[in-house]
Amino acid sequence: MKQTVVYDIDPNERLEIATRPVPLAQRLYGNPGLRRIVVVLALAAAWQSYGLWLDNALLVPTLSDTLIALGQGLASGEIPRKCLISLRVLLTGYILGIICAGTLTALAATSRLGASLLETLTAMFNPLPSIALLPLALLWFGLGEGSLIFVLLHAVTWVVAMNTHSGFLAVSQTLRMVGRNYGLSLPGYVFRILVPAAFPSILQGLKIGWAFAWRTLVAAELVFGASSGKGGLGWYIFENKNELEIANVFAGLLTVIAIGLVVDIMVFGHIEKRTLRRWGMHAH
Amino acid sequence: MPASAVAAPVPPGENLLAVEGVTLCYTTAEQIVTATYRVDFQVAAGDRFILLGPSGCGKSSLLKAVGGYLPTTEGHITLRGHPVGRPGPDRMMVFQEFDQLLPWKTVKQNIIFPMVSSGKFTRAEAAERADLYIAKVNLTRAADSFPHTLSGGMKQRVAIARGMAMEPDILLMDEPFAALDSLTRGQMQDELLALWEDTRCTLLFVTHSISEATKIGNRILLLSAHPGRVRAELNDVEQARGDASKTRELESTIYRLLFGDQAAEAAAQAG
Repeated sequence: MKQTVVYDIDPNERLEIATRPVPLAQRLYGNPGLRRIVVVLALAAAWQSYGLWLDNALLVPTLSDTLIALGQGLASGEIPRKCLISLRVLLTGYILGIICAGTLTALAATSRLGASLLETLTAMFNPLPSIALLPLALLWFGLGEGSLIFVLLHAVTWVVAMNTHSGFLAVSQTLRMVGRNYGLSLPGYVFRILVPAAFPSILQGLKIGWAFAWRTLVAAELVFGASSGKGGLGWYIFENKNELEIANVFAGLLTVIAIGLVVDIMVFGHIEKRTLRRWGMHAH
Repeated sequence: MPASAVAAPVPPGENLLAVEGVTLCYTTAEQIVTATYRVDFQVAAGDRFILLGPSGCGKSSLLKAVGGYLPTTEGHITLRGHPVGRPGPDRMMVFQEFDQLLPWKTVKQNIIFPMVSSGKFTRAEAAERADLYIAKVNLTRAADSFPHTLSGGMKQRVAIARGMAMEPDILLMDEPFAALDSLTRGQMQDELLALWEDTRCTLLFVTHSISEATKIGNRILLLSAHPGRVRAELNDVEQARGDASKTRELESTIYRLLFGDQAAEAAAQAG
């Protein structure tokens, strides 16, 4: 046997085979949006077959009946109108909540007393369901948007602040030292190092905050719209239940779900794709 | 060249960094630990100055103090005759950890960012210099990649390029190759030497590896542990370069200085 065998390979040459594209099927399966569409379609099929089998439009109307009711609601402009009312209030509350959360987190990031304040307030108020504040809100702000915005603010602030704060705390010591090495000013350090480094938690907080705001709003409208008459989607659902237009109730619920899904996929999913996934900061 | 007025570089061989009687302490929950005790050394411009010692000798603490991260309990650290204050881009640091690159920036953006944010270079100059240094560390193919797609060795190359591109007064390196596999480590050591030949930047390099110290340094400061004190200062490291028997002799001298004659003999017998 020979002692040494040498093959004729150039160690510095780079072969084509070193990298090649991922096959199409694998790439499609790797697309989270596409995977979710498949899940939604499967759920829709399950609903339709159960509705057909049950055959009782007062309990569970079929998906097709619901879609027809939805189409009519959309065509008549009633559902879009209700959506707009709901979304306007929702966005106001959401943005105000984010501003409050940002202020609290900034306080917490710059002083230990601020951190204790935030931690205590979050521990106190985060477990408190927003809807439990509605009676008080009605007393303080009367029947109107003021009360809704107040409960939304409560729904959004704590969860966003809590996530941002824990995200800041989790920024690695090395990254902090790198940021200081660059000689950045305090705002530069916060916005160019801490915020992007904590972005996974911040985005998570914004997502949960959005979901909390949405469910709080619909719930509040169910209670509140009944006495006002000028409500959004929650009121639409309540009204139609009273008139036993169950397909319309489902159409209203479907709209709530659809808006939630669209925002989750189009807005948050898009942000996530452009940031965390690109940066490899996404928790797999 | 540089956009803003920057102090002229210190001529090679002249004193750049002075560490005088530096004692460093840090406080744990139960006790105050003295990391280094009255350490003196001076680094000249163009030096590849190595801080070498066993764990607990305070070599990383010394580097952090020079970086401005750790205040001195006693003594002074001066750079170009001025006491060092807070961390700053005149003392760029290369860390051991692979997460020292900003994950939300590409390789090129990571290198450009400190050059621009410190105001030392304009955006156009910074981009040009980034390309140059990326080429120097052989990462042109990966210039637009995000750090999470790179191997550990590539990340360390980016960190070195980022540090050198800033043209700091001194480049502080905290065991930058310790977390790499040994093949990559050897390769990186050669590359660092080649880069130094090219740029002649001043390095202050912390390591616990004797062979790394003799390979990279032209001067070595040996520190004893608990607390860290200067055991020896070796200024003729370069004369052993490329000579295997002289290198072996130098390394056994270092071993003896650090661990005593008995330990060195035991190691020689075991080896």
